[in-house]
Amino acid sequence: MMTTLVAARLSLSPGRVGAVINRNVGALRSGPSYWIVLISGFFEPLLYLLSIGVGVGALVGDLSVDGHTMSYAAFVAPAMLAVSAMSGALAETTFNFFFKLKYMKTYEAVLATPVRPFEIAVGELVWAVVRGSVYTVIFLGFMVALGLTTVAGAIAAFPATVLIGLAFGAVGMWVSTLMRGWQDFDLLGTGQFAMFLFSGTFSPVHDYPVGVEILIQLTPLYHAVELVRSLCTGIVGPGILVNIAYLAVLVVGGLWLASRRVEKMLCV
Amino acid sequence: MADQSLIFARGLVKRFGDFTAVDGIDLDVAPGEAFGFLGPNGAGKSSTMRMIGCVSRPTAGQLRILGMDPVRDGTRIRARLGVCPQLDNLDPDLSVRENLTTYARYFGVSRAEARTRADELLEFVQLSDRANGKVEPLSGGMKRRLTIARAMVNDPDLVLLDEPTTGLDPQARHLVWERLFRLKQRGTTLVLTTHYMDEAEQLCDRLVVMDGGKIVAEGSPRSLIQNYSTAEVVELRFADGLDSNAQYAAKLDGIGERVDPLPDRVLLYADDGDEAVAEVHRRGLTPASVLVRRSTLEDVFLHLTGRTLVD
Repeated sequence: MMTTLVAARLSLSPGRVGAVINRNVGALRSGPSYWIVLISGFFEPLLYLLSIGVGVGALVGDLSVDGHTMSYAAFVAPAMLAVSAMSGALAETTFNFFFKLKYMKTYEAVLATPVRPFEIAVGELVWAVVRGSVYTVIFLGFMVALGLTTVAGAIAAFPATVLIGLAFGAVGMWVSTLMRGWQDFDLLGTGQFAMFLFSGTFSPVHDYPVGVEILIQLTPLYHAVELVRSLCTGIVGPGILVNIAYLAVLVVGGLWLASRRVEKMLCV
Repeated sequence: MADQSLIFARGLVKRFGDFTAVDGIDLDVAPGEAFGFLGPNGAGKSSTMRMIGCVSRPTAGQLRILGMDPVRDGTRIRARLGVCPQLDNLDPDLSVRENLTTYARYFGVSRAEARTRADELLEFVQLSDRANGKVEPLSGGMKRRLTIARAMVNDPDLVLLDEPTTGLDPQARHLVWERLFRLKQRGTTLVLTTHYMDEAEQLCDRLVVMDGGKIVAEGSPRSLIQNYSTAEVVELRFADGLDSNAQYAAKLDGIGERVDPLPDRVLLYADDGDEAVAEVHRRGLTPASVLVRRSTLEDVFLHLTGRTLVD
């Protein structure tokens, strides 16, 4: 009985997931407001790459990581790519998702139809990653153009950015269901910024004291950065399996928790 | 019996923590019927509607919708329901037409079919000229009509309407009623909640009066009036009323079946209103105004659910 209930909860109709995505496509086409959000989200990592990667990089010079020498910009760029994948998905599953959940009552209307909470969660997540992928593809184009990775590196890194988007998007969606109001998003922003600064983005984590290093290794952006950096630089070790597994757990766990919360909030 | 009823409930209960919203109700709604839940705020109408709509699990009791179990077959049941919620939750990011076409997709209606249905439904609710406009500038009545159209987009067997005309001005209400009446004529089964007596009398073949989570009366509007009220009601206002209506009520005792003193007037429930008025005059009472009217559902409702204000 329990297994059938779990199976029922997790069973998906591709058509209904598609319908959830279709709604967002419609909203996107309806006006310029959405595009403004979309464009603004793209520039942040790019500006960091240019100011810190290239600008500060000129002062830092080359960097030696695990016996490989690379330019500072080549070290920072994959991290910015991971950040871009993270924030692209998060923007959709936090602000937009929360707004639809709490204020627009979009999901109340949707749940009166055959669509299930899990299908809403999956649909919104897929959409978030599609949106995030627009950022990452353009960003990868810049990296190749600036000589910060090869075409092969970019092609290898792209699926990793999709995984990163899925992981952060799923967890972000769950976190949004716990938000009491907009002020809670400041906390989320702070957490996101702390990860952005310390997850091996601007300096190798080995440079931190051991305790801090371990703490960082427990956070998700670290694994995202490690994974993308390996693939972009071509220095691939067995460690990426851990990174992939870590992110995959976030995808499944985040989706599961998010859809359960939506059900608890709206199906009472 | 459960197989024929679109809605079948026995001992249906919904609790939220310690609070019992629905306290053991029985329901049978037949195909083609227009069925109403009448009751004050907090009577348990909306909680019942949410259970019927398969978005809220019953705490206890038996419930079958379209012959299926709402917990196990929720998706299949919802595919055949049309739901018009109490508060409009139209999508402000989409145009009027897209609100219908997008919604149709949730039911697996094809893109082309969704467009055809949307145009037909916009015609039906008289919003064709607003099809490409935004939702936000629509008036309350237009939004409600659009929500009703949205509830029809899957060609449902059963349409649930939670307070369909609350908050609308009289013209808008009449237009909504007229459209709902047409749905009823087409044979669509309607289930609605309301606290407007005129709405219940206009639309419902049969209704239940709910109070405190229980069904306190059931029947057609006419039979409810017959059973719980008299044919006519006399409204008496006294010049020095207000504080002394209770004393007048005592003097009126025995006229008609029941005397009900309100702060501003005294109601006499009698089958022959004119005869009751004559008796009032015979007793030497001189009310400032006398109104004899037919009994309405409002009299039934107030009699059954009391006059205490419920928020």
